[in-house]
Amino acid sequence: MDFELMVASFPKLLNAALITLKLLSVSLIIGLFIGLLFAILRLNKNIFINKFAYGYSYLFRGTPLLVQIFIIYFGLGQIEYLRSTVLWTVLKEPYWCAIIAFALNTGAYTSEILRSAFQTIKPGIIEAGKSLGIPNKIIFYKIQIPIAIRQSLPAYGNEIILMMKGTSLASTVTIMDLTGVAKYIISTTFKPIEVFIIAGGIYLFMTFIIHNVIKFLEKKYSFNS
Amino acid sequence: MELLAFGDTGWGDELFRATLMTIAVSITAMIIGFSFAAIFTPLKLSKYKSLNLVANIYTTVIRGVPELLVIYLFFFGGSGAIMFVASMFGYNDYIEINAFVTGSFAIGIISGAYSTEVFRGAIQSIDKGQFEAAKVLGLSKFIQFYKIIFPQMLRLAIPNLSNVWQITLKDTSLISVTGLVEIMRQSYIAAGSTRDPLFFYSFAAVLYLLLTFLSMKLINKLEVKYSRGY
Repeated sequence: MDFELMVASFPKLLNAALITLKLLSVSLIIGLFIGLLFAILRLNKNIFINKFAYGYSYLFRGTPLLVQIFIIYFGLGQIEYLRSTVLWTVLKEPYWCAIIAFALNTGAYTSEILRSAFQTIKPGIIEAGKSLGIPNKIIFYKIQIPIAIRQSLPAYGNEIILMMKGTSLASTVTIMDLTGVAKYIISTTFKPIEVFIIAGGIYLFMTFIIHNVIKFLEKKYSFNS
Repeated sequence: MELLAFGDTGWGDELFRATLMTIAVSITAMIIGFSFAAIFTPLKLSKYKSLNLVANIYTTVIRGVPELLVIYLFFFGGSGAIMFVASMFGYNDYIEINAFVTGSFAIGIISGAYSTEVFRGAIQSIDKGQFEAAKVLGLSKFIQFYKIIFPQMLRLAIPNLSNVWQITLKDTSLISVTGLVEIMRQSYIAAGSTRDPLFFYSFAAVLYLLLTFLSMKLINKLEVKYSRGY
């Protein structure tokens, strides 16, 4: 055990963890909007809209995240037309490519979580709203969405943790996140175990925090209180 | 389309072999995972707190740390660890482990953590009466497990195991960083030499979709088979 290396690499890895957190939070926020949009599309009665939303989630849940990042980072740059548009200022940055891939990926999973949450809302609750003369729109925004969010909290908490682990793939497109820096230190010092303990410890700590925040929210918004 | 031709002109045969490699790694990893689950599930269900702790550390650490980090640990640390053990037996030459072994082991340990949780959940949801009835019949411990608990556990575990399989299959794409030529690595090579990454990575995505689709069909059949009588 090389404790000196562990102490020396700790601040570097901690700094890199900030990048991991930044990647995670930005992609989760975008992904939540994508997820909500596609969950609503999934509940649409129009079969084409419905199938489109299903296809989206099937595509992104059936392929590895690594493929998705590579298609966006290496693949899209190949389209000549895209290079001449404003989009290119975003797509040439590995950071934004990673975020786009993460957001689309977590959006697909989130849409499934929210869809099943919408479907488990008891019809009686919506009927109660209707009989009180509340407009459909208000029922949706003020009754269905809050209940669905509460229902999906446990599953969404798992998704946040999975996504946090997913951000490690950003290191494959040259971003120096926690895994990227860990790999760099390992490949220069050849001390994999020491670095793994520190980097893994930081990841576990973040998992622990996320887990407890979700647990707290679940308790706070539980139906019985 | 000519990019996918078999033979020297295209990448068809290379990608086909890479797909077989992905399947081989996934199955090997799944089997290694089951062996880990066979060790850790009893520990999880044991009445001894210290054994529970050991199993909980395994599943928590593996499920809380990114797969890529675990793969780097094995990739950079694997041969070092083997050489350390070998040196205790007096063997001091350099040992290099092949990428297939390192990769399947790394993915296997990850998949094992998920399988352990699935088996634990399945055993816990078997009706208590079944355990008691098996005991009352005076069957040996082995027969109790093998003939009564195991088949029921399998039925309950299959739907969740299919999720573990999907995760494992997708995780194998990460082994491409160690140089093992599976779908992802082969696409990377092909994309590099033809300068057509969009086509090859999209094709890789199609291959993965095909694999997940076909395995779902197969698992659904298994599910029907093990649900006979329910």
